[in-house]
Amino acid sequence: MNHVVRMNRRSFVIGTAAVGGGLALGLELQIGSGEAEAAASEPEVNAWVVIRPDETVVIRVAKSEMGQGTITGLAQLVAEELECDWSKVTFEYPTPGQNLARKQVWGTMFTAGSRGIRESQELVRNGGAVARQMLLQAAANGWNVPVSECSAVNGAIAHKSSGRTTTFGKVAEAAGKLEPPKDVQLKDPKDWKIAGRSLKRLDTIDKLTGQLIYGIDVKLPGMLNAAIKDCPVFGGKLKSFDAEKIMGMKGVQKVVRVGESAVAVVADTWWQAKTALDALPIQWDEGENANISSASIAEWLKAGLDAEQAFVGNQNGDVKAALASAAKKVEAVYSYPYQNHATMEPMNTTALYMADKCEVWCPTQNGDRALAAVIEASGLSAPKCEVHKLPLGGGFGRRTFTDYIHQAVAIAKEMPGTPVKLLWSREEDMAHGRYHPITQAKMVGGFDASGNLTALHMRISGQSIFASVRPESLQNGRDPATFQGLNPSGPEAAIGYTIPNLLIDHAMRNPPVPPGFWRGVNINHNAIYLECFMDELAHSIGQDPLEFRRRLMAQHPKHLAVLNAVAEKIGWAKSPPQEIHRGIAQMMAFGSYVAAATEISVDNGNKIKIHRIVAATDCGTAVNPAQIERQIAGSFVYGLSALFYQECTLNGGRIEQENFDTYDSMRIAQMPKVESIVMPSGGFWGGVGEPTICVAGPAVLNAFFNATGQRIRSFPLKNHNVQFA
Amino acid sequence: MARITVNRKSHDIDVDPNTPLLWVLREQVGLTGTKYGCGIAQCGACTVHIDGAAVRSCSLPVSGAEGKQITTIEGLAQNGVLHPVQKAWLEHDVPQCGYCQTGMIMAAVALLMEKPKPSDADIDSTITNICRCGTFQQVRAAIHAATNA
Ligand code: FES
Ligand code: FES
Repeated sequence: MNHVVRMNRRSFVIGTAAVGGGLALGLELQIGSGEAEAAASEPEVNAWVVIRPDETVVIRVAKSEMGQGTITGLAQLVAEELECDWSKVTFEYPTPGQNLARKQVWGTMFTAGSRGIRESQELVRNGGAVARQMLLQAAANGWNVPVSECSAVNGAIAHKSSGRTTTFGKVAEAAGKLEPPKDVQLKDPKDWKIAGRSLKRLDTIDKLTGQLIYGIDVKLPGMLNAAIKDCPVFGGKLKSFDAEKIMGMKGVQKVVRVGESAVAVVADTWWQAKTALDALPIQWDEGENANISSASIAEWLKAGLDAEQAFVGNQNGDVKAALASAAKKVEAVYSYPYQNHATMEPMNTTALYMADKCEVWCPTQNGDRALAAVIEASGLSAPKCEVHKLPLGGGFGRRTFTDYIHQAVAIAKEMPGTPVKLLWSREEDMAHGRYHPITQAKMVGGFDASGNLTALHMRISGQSIFASVRPESLQNGRDPATFQGLNPSGPEAAIGYTIPNLLIDHAMRNPPVPPGFWRGVNINHNAIYLECFMDELAHSIGQDPLEFRRRLMAQHPKHLAVLNAVAEKIGWAKSPPQEIHRGIAQMMAFGSYVAAATEISVDNGNKIKIHRIVAATDCGTAVNPAQIERQIAGSFVYGLSALFYQECTLNGGRIEQENFDTYDSMRIAQMPKVESIVMPSGGFWGGVGEPTICVAGPAVLNAFFNATGQRIRSFPLKNHNVQFA
Repeated sequence: MARITVNRKSHDIDVDPNTPLLWVLREQVGLTGTKYGCGIAQCGACTVHIDGAAVRSCSLPVSGAEGKQITTIEGLAQNGVLHPVQKAWLEHDVPQCGYCQTGMIMAAVALLMEKPKPSDADIDSTITNICRCGTFQQVRAAIHAATNA
């Protein structure tokens, strides 16, 4: 077994897990010219497919694998069109540098927003189909017959009338020399044989033996290790540090200022670096945010609930007039906190800087942007920079950012020729997240005298992710993503109710805490606000929450279908067993329609046991149902951990939670039984990694109300002394 | 200096005796299958066996492991044959990102050594590792399956 990363000439193949189990990571250390051409070291059929003489099919995957199964799903789609033998399939990542050099032949490497499959499905299916046609053509040429008389099945090519056969491996080299066909026909998903099936993942074995090399495990000859502290107050700066105090400590090599606000210790081992950093006297210039606290932010957001100015996300009728004339009004204020991603593997990057070359090994959801970060931080031109993407120990949106890559290059730049691995402590990860945005919402509903919901005003006050991360995506200052799941229509995230007078608007308030895309993004709070309030409205007029919703959903058949599916499976029509209470919720986001129904019991008024969660998703097209089920269950763990435990509070301008002891996460004991209904209705491609995350929370909260009569409107639940049983 | 026995092999290591075993394994012995997640005994990503019992190696100084048998995830498979728990994990396609899984597997193996037929309650009280990807449903199924192997 190899414990040290094995070097070989092909920087290209990183962690081909399926080949021979223990195959070590191939890391290219041939610094200098010709590195970008390493991709050509193995003859390819086209950019997507390499077929070796032994019939191994190597499928190239441009998206990042962070546990969501995108490697397997994308490979299934390529293999489906290719007509290869699935048991021969393995995969590799092209590098961002190769993608750039080949004019983005693999499209964008950005992997977030549940887009891994739906955004690239056409590109990869096309890649597989083109490769198949080239292989058929090569065989036809060899036999001197028309290609239309040849067919491919399971990696074998046959010419029917003459009975001749060959294999992909035998014609692959000739195929690679042919001109790719311009037009290929893609299969109808109903004819799929490989895609659409619950196949096992391609990348499992090395995760079981400890052989998989994550970013944190990278080891290069002569490598040093760095630990870092950024100013704990957002926007603050590094004033000074006293390196002399720690230079004598064992293993310490250098103390480096990193940018304006951070300091890093470089040592032989990371533990030495971290120990020395903890002993380093540091003076911060905390700046103007040193007085910010959770209380001051909450005050500011609260004022936004009634502010005059707000961006409109969804409007019809006249809410003001309808509420003024309503026979009955219901009002509630909700809030949702900052939360950190807390990926299991903390942020890290290994960088090697030389005068004419900068190379980086890192876990990233954003290969192209990672390369841009290396170019920017190193000051070198694009052809002199390269990024090697490694498997991610969790992403959840955090690794769409490149802050840690910038830092690692800045440190490596201080030590040309020496590879340096920067690893954040968990404490640093908690202090410098890209947090789930903070918001509050004021919900007001109005009924006419016969109990019809005539008006709904949903006012969101709080943070915009785009304003901080992607200001170019704002529309006249308005952040369209804020209204995720609440849009009037569209294929991405439309509201599932028709209400005669509706206003959903957003008073933007951006505290100086960096927000980010956090699995689910804006639906986490939007679903709680909307779906809990829907229950409040139903109960206020004594109606069944399911029936109440159904009456508003007649014009939203796909939303309704998933809601009906979970209601039926949980047995909503019959009353639950003694001590069991139910809740239900639905939403649409990331192009998929999702719903959840849950059964809970509550002990002592505050101890929740979730017995079952039934979840349904209509994601249009399902590439691997078993992996979708895992994403659903996983999203519930992530979302319910947030609901019950997680909040990043601020005091003195800094985040107070430092580790999992104060920022807890669900364990197996709290895991409910998750029953998934995957019900693709065809004709569209929705996401699966994120959409369901938002329905577990409101379903549980609605069940908790049924059990206790207590409506909780701020989170996490631990703040109300409500916990898992 | 510390002398430790890892996966039946003895290592003499020039290290501060207070260094957590986790970092000695990862940085000096070169076994990176044991992961860092929190450093404060909360997450279980660093779980190894010491004399057959599951221990969170981030919170044990290397001096405390001297003279004992340390087993890491790399020592679980014997002669290239996966341990029954690893096999069950493969069969149930358990890992998502996989980062927590080596620690999870080590915790599960230790549980099964103690209780060959654990109940759900045994699993709940013993397997307290964090998995941010949320693989628990498959973890439970795989542990039960491994008992029947
Ligand atoms: S790293 Fe040891 S328990 Fe988390
Ligand atoms: S599989 Fe990713 S943290 Fe457990």
